[in-house]
Amino acid sequence: MKLLQSPAARVGLSISIATGLYGVSFGALSVTSGLDFWQTMALSLLLFSGGSQFAFIGVVAGGGSGVAAMGAATLLGMRNGIYGMQINALLQPRGWLRFAAAHVTIDESTATSTGQTDPLEQKRGFWTAGIGIFILWNLFTAAGALAGGALGDPKQWGLDGAAVAAFLGLLWPRLKGREPVAIAVACALATVLAVPFVPAGVPILVAAVVAAGIGWFSHGRSDEGLEPDVDPYAEQHSARPSGQHPGDTP
Amino acid sequence: MNLWWWLLLSCLLAYAWKLLGFLVPASLLRDPRMSRIAGTMTIGLLASLTVVNTVASGQALALDARLGALAAAATALWFRAPFLVVVLAGAGAAAGLRLLGWR
Repeated sequence: MKLLQSPAARVGLSISIATGLYGVSFGALSVTSGLDFWQTMALSLLLFSGGSQFAFIGVVAGGGSGVAAMGAATLLGMRNGIYGMQINALLQPRGWLRFAAAHVTIDESTATSTGQTDPLEQKRGFWTAGIGIFILWNLFTAAGALAGGALGDPKQWGLDGAAVAAFLGLLWPRLKGREPVAIAVACALATVLAVPFVPAGVPILVAAVVAAGIGWFSHGRSDEGLEPDVDPYAEQHSARPSGQHPGDTP
Repeated sequence: MNLWWWLLLSCLLAYAWKLLGFLVPASLLRDPRMSRIAGTMTIGLLASLTVVNTVASGQALALDARLGALAAAATALWFRAPFLVVVLAGAGAAAGLRLLGWR
């Protein structure tokens, strides 16, 4: 098949499998957070953005309200708007294709596409990763939700610890250099200080305000924090000297 | 309001962000401040969610087996383990510590 000879399509397929697989952890955590099977599936089918989905169930699991869950998920989805602009500029989809492209515009499909230089490869990368992840993410979410529902006491299986690990795993690839670490520490501190004083879920929104303030007033890399959860070009990137990013400026 | 409504509204807003990117003129792409805020907010929210899930118990702070999960996940990430292994390490650490009697 011709498509498999395309380097971007191959990267797109492997990133689909890697990302799709962790849909299992989302599905299992979602049902143990108190969402039912169809609510879990609605998030994966309709919201379809890993970080925001984990944020939604993370707030619900912590006893937060629906509106706080929505706030955290929505603020975390802002970066997809930036990705949308990038993909629109690169691929220039027309007609209904634009509405389909918007739905699969996420960290990984954008990273797969922008990692290519040839326009045709950019297009292949975006669509293979976008559609591939959508299919596998939903299949594995369903598998995880069914398995999670059969587990019984989630704490006995350490599923609250799994949620902690999932969020750290989403944060980790974005901590390249000193500045993002400083932002993360500042927001973590703001969260801890806010927890005793405001209702559950709200400390996350307090941290979002702190982060937006830092972004507004400081001048750093404009693509900071916009790294994918799973790096499609991890092998090339690890060849680079550690801790350095091409956009780093003192 | 029922959780379903907030959930569906979240889905709608998530799609609105994505579509907005396709509909706004490309000249806005050159405003580095917007993409910078999107980035710092992503870092801040994920850091906050990590902390809340580690030490918050409702409106109280609690130090329990979840701290072990955080340490195990950090160790796994340090050794470049894939995401699913990181999650399993977190679950295993919390479950293991509880077996040993640490809530």
